[in-house]
Amino acid sequence: MAKEVELICTACPQGCTLTAVIENGEVIEVRGYNCKKGIDYGIAEITDPRRMVATTVKVKNGFHPLVPVYTDKPVPKPLIPKVLEEVRKVELTAPVKINTVVLENVLNTGVNVITSRDLPAKE
Amino acid sequence: MALKNIYDVVVVGSGPGGVAAAIEAKKNGADDVLIIERDYELGGILVQCIHNGFGLELLKEDLPGPAYAQRFIEEMLSLGVEYLLNTMVLDITPNRHLFVSSREHGYVEIEARAIVLAMGCRERTRPQIRIPGMRPNGVFTAGTAQRWVNVEGYMPAKDVVILGSGDIGMIMARRLTFEGAKVERVLEIQSYLSGLSRNLVQCLQDYNIPLQLNHTVKRIMGKNRVEAVEAVQVDDKWNFIPGTEEIIPCDTLLLSVGLIPENELSRKAGVKLDPITGGPYVDETFQTNVPGIFAAGNVVHVYDLVDWVSEAGFEAGKRAAQYAISLRNAESRYIPLKAGKNVRYVVPHKLDKSTLAQEDIRLQMRVTRPIEQPVWIEVHDGENLITRKPEKYVRPGEMVTVILKTKNYTDVSKANSLTIDINPR
Repeated sequence: MAKEVELICTACPQGCTLTAVIENGEVIEVRGYNCKKGIDYGIAEITDPRRMVATTVKVKNGFHPLVPVYTDKPVPKPLIPKVLEEVRKVELTAPVKINTVVLENVLNTGVNVITSRDLPAKE
Repeated sequence: MALKNIYDVVVVGSGPGGVAAAIEAKKNGADDVLIIERDYELGGILVQCIHNGFGLELLKEDLPGPAYAQRFIEEMLSLGVEYLLNTMVLDITPNRHLFVSSREHGYVEIEARAIVLAMGCRERTRPQIRIPGMRPNGVFTAGTAQRWVNVEGYMPAKDVVILGSGDIGMIMARRLTFEGAKVERVLEIQSYLSGLSRNLVQCLQDYNIPLQLNHTVKRIMGKNRVEAVEAVQVDDKWNFIPGTEEIIPCDTLLLSVGLIPENELSRKAGVKLDPITGGPYVDETFQTNVPGIFAAGNVVHVYDLVDWVSEAGFEAGKRAAQYAISLRNAESRYIPLKAGKNVRYVVPHKLDKSTLAQEDIRLQMRVTRPIEQPVWIEVHDGENLITRKPEKYVRPGEMVTVILKTKNYTDVSKANSLTIDINPR
């Protein structure tokens, strides 16, 4: 029996309402998308939902005490708390450059956690 | 950095709208472009918006706020835009003089041929939505909490209720959850979500944070710190529905109840505001009713996407540059007349060179002191004598006249200024 699930696409700010048609645990059709990203989102959201994660990392002697970081690719949703736990262990020393890898291949996901700005040292 | 007396374009605010305006002003031929920021770093609100989702439209990339800001700030600086930090614009006049207070320069007046207002917006606060109850610590706007958590490293909450389903509120629901807080729920007085649907999914539903539509806060409880809020359901006229009250224990109430364009300065400059948007009335070039004063970004109306703010900034910056250049060209037709040796003043103070091509121009002046001997009234451009006239004597009580003739046009047209000296013969 086919089952229909309503989803809201998060691929861009348009937020299209999608319908994923699922049969035997597989997505056989996605409806309601305005672009191809919607199809990929619809399938992934049922089979392997992923999210970008953004948080902060402590910085010694920084202009601010924290530097913002994010995952360079989406990570599997169930792993988000563990990714945050790993990131929380990191401490950098200023100055820090943008796009610095602070965690490589976090939890073997193939995803790197990188900084999202330059952070100069405290003056 | 040494300040100039006059800039082609001065931009107020270094958020995404201001930075975009400065970039396009420079690219469209404005020579001196100055951006003024009251904070101690450039970037505006993007500095604290560490979540991604910026740049999807404009850059086709999914960037966090700080990365988006840095991209444009680097471009702006590489184009040679000057900037002031720790500097507050206190007043702007309709003829485009800015009075600023700067840590580095003190109190200064700066003149601009064109101004771009890019002050952004402010969050609505508790007094603006009039929530009854006690007034304990623990009631913050979502953006204030965002600044503390993301930039300054403070964690202001353990147990949170959020009022308003604006994007910043939903994003902070997720952010505070990441940092270990419990977000009890989000209350929204309207019957619909006020932010983006994607944020409902990725900020609330992902973390099982309930959203209650048609609900608001009836009362804040707690003496020193928030201890609870009383939530209530409302009807379609926002009247409380008796019997639906519920006390939710919490230590923090975050407000995400709308943004208001920040236009105190615009008003001082004589800019007319639209009561619906709260921002200036603008034409398609983002020029306000005051000629030469433009406005871009959330100062005009509140945008959903930073990409659109940047686009508005690009347009305003380009048009500001065009305005400044046309003004500069008009100015360059004129040269000043300066009172030189023994001359107190000259009228006119400046002259349009092209007039001299058509007709003679009478210059009149008074001397500083009597010279009781024959003198030359000499008009020169700093190096070359252009014309001179003899007088038997000069006295302050008797006005002196010299005629600049059309035959002097060729010499005058090459001059940057004219000076009149009176020397003994």
